[in-house]
Amino acid sequence: MIKKIVLLAAALTAGLGLIGCSHQSQQKASPGGKVLKIGFLYVGPKDDFGYNQSHAEGAAEIAQLPNVKIVEQENVPETVDVEKAMEGMIVQDGVSVIFATSFGYWDHVLKVALKYPNVKFFHCGGLYQADKDPPNVYSYFGYIEEGQYLNGIAAGYASKTGKLGFIAAKPIPQVLENINAFTLGARSVNPKATTTVVFTGGWSMPTQEANAANSLIDKGIDVITMHVDSPKVIVQTCEQRGVFVAGYHADQSSLAPKEYLTGAIWNWGAVYKTIVADIQAGKDPSHFIRGGMKDGFVKMAPFGPGVSATAKTKIESVLGKMMKGEFVIFKGPLKDNTGKVVIPAGTSEVQTDPVLEKMNYLVQGVIGSTGM
Amino acid sequence: MVTAAALLKRNVSKTGIGAQLGAILAAVVLFAVFLVLQGKSPWGVLADMGIGAFGSSFAWQNTLVRAAPLLLTALCTLIPAQLGLVIIGNEGAWLLGGLATSVLGASLPPSWGIGGLLLSLAAAAVAGGFWIGLAGAGRQWRGVDPTISSLLLYYVAWGVFLFLVEGPLRDPQSLNEPSTFPLPKEFLMSSLPGTSVHAGLLVGIAACLLAWFVFFRTRLGFDARIVGENERLGATLGLRRSLLVVGACAVGGACAGLAGGIQIAAINHASNASLNAGVGFSGILVAFLARQRPLAVLLVALLVGGLQASGGFVQRDHNLPDATISVFQGLLFLSVLWAEAFRRDPSGGNK
Repeated sequence: MIKKIVLLAAALTAGLGLIGCSHQSQQKASPGGKVLKIGFLYVGPKDDFGYNQSHAEGAAEIAQLPNVKIVEQENVPETVDVEKAMEGMIVQDGVSVIFATSFGYWDHVLKVALKYPNVKFFHCGGLYQADKDPPNVYSYFGYIEEGQYLNGIAAGYASKTGKLGFIAAKPIPQVLENINAFTLGARSVNPKATTTVVFTGGWSMPTQEANAANSLIDKGIDVITMHVDSPKVIVQTCEQRGVFVAGYHADQSSLAPKEYLTGAIWNWGAVYKTIVADIQAGKDPSHFIRGGMKDGFVKMAPFGPGVSATAKTKIESVLGKMMKGEFVIFKGPLKDNTGKVVIPAGTSEVQTDPVLEKMNYLVQGVIGSTGM
Repeated sequence: MVTAAALLKRNVSKTGIGAQLGAILAAVVLFAVFLVLQGKSPWGVLADMGIGAFGSSFAWQNTLVRAAPLLLTALCTLIPAQLGLVIIGNEGAWLLGGLATSVLGASLPPSWGIGGLLLSLAAAAVAGGFWIGLAGAGRQWRGVDPTISSLLLYYVAWGVFLFLVEGPLRDPQSLNEPSTFPLPKEFLMSSLPGTSVHAGLLVGIAACLLAWFVFFRTRLGFDARIVGENERLGATLGLRRSLLVVGACAVGGACAGLAGGIQIAAINHASNASLNAGVGFSGILVAFLARQRPLAVLLVALLVGGLQASGGFVQRDHNLPDATISVFQGLLFLSVLWAEAFRRDPSGGNK
């Protein structure tokens, strides 16, 4: 019996292998040497109304460029899967540039990059260190907390109760920075505003996100924003329950035509175009690519009906300062929500300040705890 | 899933090989229909699945690296199945095994070298064994259904894992991706010479061979299978059912825990949320497709590993959604379960 299974399975395996070999010769070589083949990897679905969609939209923009061909793979876990997916793109599809768009891909990118020194690896969110990381690795990210600050202004004006809600994945520095920026924005126009934060514990937990939204609304919170991979469920819940929502990652206005205020959204198309143009011109891009509103890395979604004229004027004036590089979100004196001074008076932490990448506190006005 | 598992609860390996292959063929045909509905040529996609899994040396390595942990996580279902228990909490043992290796590995002195690695992996086996052993103990002494309890224990394991990794055991350096402290480089497992496949593959193969030997060539294994076939007969013969049941669950859990530990030592180096990637759950599929036969696991793990390896290639070359391979895996699993169910007469006996 076992012999039979072994034989049959071996035959099946060999058969698949043969199909494989015979088919491989038919694989098309890319015409002309000039076409730049680029691979994109996403940790979730490409149409998640959020993080992954924002990258896929950027990829779609560069797919339109002449002499560019892209291959994409979605739902790639941050395990050996991503290493094999990147290697597969290189070995099986012949890509010479890879965009690894999830933060958790970082260690895997560093590992695979050593093996393929002629391929350029761009990683979203990593902290590239020239003295120890491979020379064919590049990291890029955007100062999206500027968008959350502006979301905060919109929320501060729109809220009647002064009680705002923030649904977040995990208490990590990037997320804390957004919660704090949102709260500072809101309190700049309504000093009594508070932000109640709920951590769901994961990047994509639709059930917990919906529960969090409902329980925040039940507590009298009337504007919600978020930092999770796919804000879809939260935005839909807010629309149904009739409370305002400020979006994140991608434009979700179509999901909540009545309640969507505005949103902090990525503009990866612009970033990817610059990088691709550099590569096509034979230039080596910077290894540490960062930018905010001023640089076109992030932008705001169009205003919804809930944003008053006063709020619009205020947002546009702050945005104007951001576009000139004159606006600093994190400056002293700043206290955390336990009353401890985290930035002394007279100190400004501008957006490029590396200390911000280690943020471990919630500012005054935030109801919640980092659990650290 | 649970109902399906219940169908298979007894006499798991009674279906003929013909029915089994018929089921696999039926799954391929259903999958081809699915591809046509998606507007794709089934031949093109199936051929590319062959390329993606076995078409090149890279593809083979990709397949083997995925098959390696499946060999061990499959045993977590397979070993208790010899005693008639359906265990599906493999992922929980895998997670706690990985965590145990991380914790011990990062606290032992690096100078211990290979000894430190072996101790850390032993910790993984103990953790996984304890966890699934709980399901066995619940079954034996409290009559708790081990299928349900092992699944529920997975959720507990995941909660404990996340709490520890992102709380007390967090490496403060792991800023935006909370993780435990990484293993020292002295404890990392190397690849087999000339490949990117880690030595865990050999451990998995050895474990499957050992499982076959124990169950089909030793008195202990024979006793266990008697208890699995007929509880009353086992009791009449004076076999110590409780020891066998709890022991089989613990050994199965130890295999899945060891797989998680090897994953840390060979690939991830630190525990974080990304460890929860379904490798334990895929082990259930492998065990059922292999009809709970240890030697068949060797081949089925290769096929399932190949299927997963080809997923990315098919997605990129045919612009198919990522779920395509999951659809195929699901069809395979259902077909095999249906084949079992159709052969069973309503009274519960076998034709």
